[in-house]
Parts: sequence; structure tokens; C-alpha cells
Amino acid sequence: MGGYMGKVIRVNLTERSVKVEALDLKMAQKYLGSRGFGVKVMLDEVPAGIDPFSPENKLIVATGALTGAPVPTSGRYMVITKSPLTGGIATANAGGFWGPKFKSTGHDAVIFEGKADKPVYLYVEDDRVEIKDASHLWGKRVTEVTETLQREHEGANVLSIGPAGEKLSLIASIMSDLDRAAGRGGVGAVMGSKNLKAIVVKGSKKVPLYDEERTKEVSQEKVKILRDDPVAGGGLPTYGTAVLVNIINESGVFPVRNFQYSYTDKADLISGETMTEKYLVRKAACYRCPIACGRVVKLADGSVVGGPEYETIWAYGADCDVYDYDAINEVNYLCNEYGIDTISAGATIAAAMELYEKGYIKDEDIDADGLSLKWGDPKAIVGWTKKIGLREGFGDKLADGSYRLAESYGVPELSMTVKKQELPAYDPRGIQGHGITYATSNRGGCHVKGYMISPEILGYPEKLDRFTLEGKAAYAKLFHDLTAAIDSIGLCIFSTFGLGLPDYVDMYNAVCGEVYDEKGLLEAGERVWNLERLFNLREGIDSSQDTLPKRLLEEPIKKGPSKGHVHQLDKLLPEYYEVRGWDENGVPTEETLERLGLKEYKKYLSLATE
Amino acid sequence: MIKVEVRLFAYLREGRWKRKVLEFEDGTTISDIIKYLNIDEDEVSMFLLNGVDGPASRKVKDGDVISLFPPIGGG
Repeated sequence: MGGYMGKVIRVNLTERSVKVEALDLKMAQKYLGSRGFGVKVMLDEVPAGIDPFSPENKLIVATGALTGAPVPTSGRYMVITKSPLTGGIATANAGGFWGPKFKSTGHDAVIFEGKADKPVYLYVEDDRVEIKDASHLWGKRVTEVTETLQREHEGANVLSIGPAGEKLSLIASIMSDLDRAAGRGGVGAVMGSKNLKAIVVKGSKKVPLYDEERTKEVSQEKVKILRDDPVAGGGLPTYGTAVLVNIINESGVFPVRNFQYSYTDKADLISGETMTEKYLVRKAACYRCPIACGRVVKLADGSVVGGPEYETIWAYGADCDVYDYDAINEVNYLCNEYGIDTISAGATIAAAMELYEKGYIKDEDIDADGLSLKWGDPKAIVGWTKKIGLREGFGDKLADGSYRLAESYGVPELSMTVKKQELPAYDPRGIQGHGITYATSNRGGCHVKGYMISPEILGYPEKLDRFTLEGKAAYAKLFHDLTAAIDSIGLCIFSTFGLGLPDYVDMYNAVCGEVYDEKGLLEAGERVWNLERLFNLREGIDSSQDTLPKRLLEEPIKKGPSKGHVHQLDKLLPEYYEVRGWDENGVPTEETLERLGLKEYKKYLSLATE
Repeated sequence: MIKVEVRLFAYLREGRWKRKVLEFEDGTTISDIIKYLNIDEDEVSMFLLNGVDGPASRKVKDGDVISLFPPIGGG
């Protein structure tokens, strides 16, 4: 069998011990790896109800069966833990080169347990695994940490947290290769809570291939499909993800001022077209990626750094009513440096601006910081980002995300979150299917676990009417399951702009062995989705949290092309539960668990209904 | 005659412009406008009429906004 390296590192930071365990290959196949592997470990090994910042929480960094294999977009890894932001499962994914480099050490995953008594980092060079002192790195920003560690370990790739993770910001990210982020769910804070600053990897091993010839053949075929695809080989590499700014805005679903509006006539100032024309230095590709959607941009001071993605441009741009590209490029860089999730940070500042506008936050609350909370102030987004990163002044409150901020003023409904995690850059009132994925995503407000924007706006793989409900629940389930499978095998979901389920089956089987057919691979994704659901139910996150902010359910869009619409969740949610094989309370039925081979987890069903 | 605002995005702007108000005869369709602009309809993936995608055979009326996009994606 190929694909898997067959070894998992287990690090107990309290005891400062390292063990290397054999990967249970049958288990790995059943849950695919990466996201599926991590969720299973969390459910099996972490007791219910623990504090995410306690030593009992585990932090898992895992690759998929295809990560590092010679197939397109195989640069992904996943961070899995109990989220301090949502209290549920966190699964944060990143690309770049770190994941394949980690796997080249001969390991599939690393599980961190306990808590170090002082700052440490993990060094992995093939079979050599060492816990090392990181006192000299504590407090340092990501570039300095990366450069210091690369001087100490030439040719190594570095994953690290920045100051935000150390200071337990609930919206702290984990960064790798300087500007790739495992961004969401506060995973950086869990790493910080363990006094773990970085993971440095250097390896020389190749991913074993079940059928080398077939892998080569399949890979060439899939690369060609991606290169010939008008999106994956055209619009996406040419303009980056920011190409979405105009289409989402023209459709009237581009949230402005904390979702108070859904259209702006200034969108082109922050579009992908404008970035390409004025700020782009070059494109950047992750490991074995023929798409190359990454951007490298020039900041106002002339420095050349990783550029912002669509979601970042929206969160700090339209959501804060800021249309200044220099400021957006700078905050993106600062988030990467401090290790902060750009979506949650921008959206939290936007929520703070609305709280200020409505008189909840007063001038005296922020006077000492010397920064405004006025809509459209580019200095404010830059200044508050630094203060979030260091938990300085009012930034200390912003560092825990918009839900806790708005709740502290008695108006949690002004936080545009699901399960306390900030929603991304699409107003679901005008995209009904996307709204159901927002409401039901296991990791809280999230766009990447079931990207219904593809069929509802972009016409991929087919055009669906974005205002209708019919068939959307089943479509959302399909997208959730397919994404769980793609994440878990270790590929990038952008490959779906071109590839479909049969292509993933081809690649998995060529690399790993003839294991899956289309139905089986999709079902493995469904298994992962249900396992995450069980984790959340066990942690008390039940159907009452499968919802959207009141604004999106009750206030029709005020103006623009989607004017008059609200999200009709009450009609879609029961149907979603039904197509999932869950009961009316959103709890998987025994039959569903049996069908998915999850019988051993039936014990959590009774906990869920208590 | 009717006045229609036409907005072009991504590659469709190359050698053309970003937005213009143009005059057409009554009964003009989005397809007619695309032809008039010398754009290959196969290059257009989204045909927004006042923000709503749909067939290029739709007729436009005075004051409408047409937004044309080639195949794009991201997220």
C-alpha cells in the first residue's frame, strides 16, 4: 500500500517525551488521513468538555495520503484540535511546502499532548525528532522566527505561531513558509497554550507509490485538465482569488459594513483586476500546483510580501468600508507576521465599527489607543491589527473575536458569526445554498467546507439559481462530503475548479492502492463529516447552533441586486438533516452511523440528546 | 432607443473598457450586446442582468445594467 509513510509522532510536552508509533493503515484508509485522521484522534483520545487551553487538549498536525505525492495540488496539511473560539472541532488547512516537507521526514502526522513548562519547538529531520528550547524565539514575529530557525537548520521549512498565538488570541493562526496560514478556529492559540512556538522539518524520504507508472499517467492527465480549465488555468492564476470581488459585488452579496449592506460602488478599487494592474509583483504556487493562485505584492514602503486573498480583502476592505489597497496589503502582512486569522480579525474590527457607530463602544473606551473605529478609516485597520496581535489596549478585547466583543456590550446579534466564528465574504441572503453550509459547518462560520458559491454564483460544475431552495440541502451535503474527502486525502479544494470525484478516485487509487470507487470515497468524506458532528455534539454544540445571525434571517437586504431577500434557513435546515440521515434534532441516527461504519461511536448519541 | 450600462470584468476588459452606457434599439438581447462589443459569447461565463445571472437571450430594457464575466473562481 502506498501514500502513507506509516508513522505518527506523539510528543508529550509535559513530560518532554517523544514516541514514534505505527500508523494503523486500516484506520488511515477508512478515514483517509489529514482531517479525517485528526478528528478521529480527537474523538478517541480527548475527554469531553475539556478547556481547549488545558494540557488535556491535543494539537494534531496531519498530512493526507496524497500530501507530497507526485500528483497536482498535493501541498496541503491540516491542523486539528478543539477550538477555543467555537468550543467545537477546529480543522484548519494550509498549503505551501511545509506539509510535503514534513511528510518527507517519514511521518504522516504529529500529535502534541500536554504543555511545555517553557517555550519549545519541535525539530524533525527524518528519524531524528527533538524537542528544543525556543526561549530566544518567544515574542518574535513569524518572519524573524522563520529566518532564525532556518539559520539554525539550513534547508528546513518552518511552521510557527506569532505573538497572537502566544497571547492566546482566540483568532490566532498557525503560519508556515511565512505566508501560508492554517487560519481559522484559533488553532494558533492552542499551540501557544502549549508553549510550542514552531515545528521545523527537513526530510529526504519519498511518498511510497502503489503504482508508480499509473501515478505518473494519472498525474499528467489531471495537470492537463487543470491547465486547460478556464478557471483553474485562466481566471484564478491570472487574477488570484481576488477576482471574486467584482462578481460577488455585482451579484449584490458582497457584505459591507458588517453585513449592513451587500453592495458597494467602490468594489473595483479593491478588485483582483486592480491588484493585478497596480500591486502584483508575481504569482506564487504551492507544492506541485499547476494553478498558482498565490500573490506576491508590493507594500507602500516598497517591501515585497505575500499578498491578500479575496476573503482578507473583503474582511478588511468592504466589511470595514475601507477601499485602500495599500492598507489592505499591509494588514494582510501584519496578520501573517503576528499570526492572526485575517477573516476573523477584519470581521471583528468591522463589528467593533458597528458597535461604535451604534454607541455601544464609546470614545473613552478607545481614546488611549489613539485609533478610531470609524467606517472607512485605513489607519484604523492597520493600527487595530497590531494591537490585536499584541493584545494591547482595546485590541485585547478584539483579540477574542467579534462574538465575545458584541456579547460584552449585550448585543451578540451584532456579531456576524456562526458558532462564534466570523462569517466569510458572501451574504447568504442572496445565496440560499451557501447559507445552509454556513449554518451547518462543523467548524463554525466558514466558506471552504462546502463552497456553494461555485454552482450558485460561478456556474461550476453547473449553474444553480441562487435564490431558490429546491435541491440545495442535498447539494450542500454533497459539497460537504466531497470537501471532507479532498481535505482528508491532502489535496487543495481549488482543484475542484477542473477536477471531479472520479479524478480524486484515480489519484487516490494510483498512489495508495485500489481501495475506493466513487461512492466509497464520497462516503469516506461523509464519515469524516459525521465524526466531526459527533465531536461537536459531545461538546454540547447542538442544533441550536446550526443557525445564522439574526440580521441574515430577519432583515431583508437593503439595496442592490439582491435587495429584499432574507435567508430561509427554517425551510432548508430540516431538509439538510433529512438528507444527512440525522434526526430532527440534527443527531445522526443509529442507521446512519452503521451505514458509515461508525457503530463504535453510538455511545455519543445518548450524550447528544441529554 | 434604450440606454444600458455595460460593465466588463477580468480579461473582457483587455483592449476595451470597464464600464460604459450604450444606446441600443428596443428588443436588444444580452447576446446582441456581446456581439456588438465583438466579444466571443463562449468567452463569457456569467451574464448578469441587474445582478442576476441567466441566459444571454434575455432582452434588456432602458436603465438596465449588464455585467459580463469570463470563467472565474476563487474563494
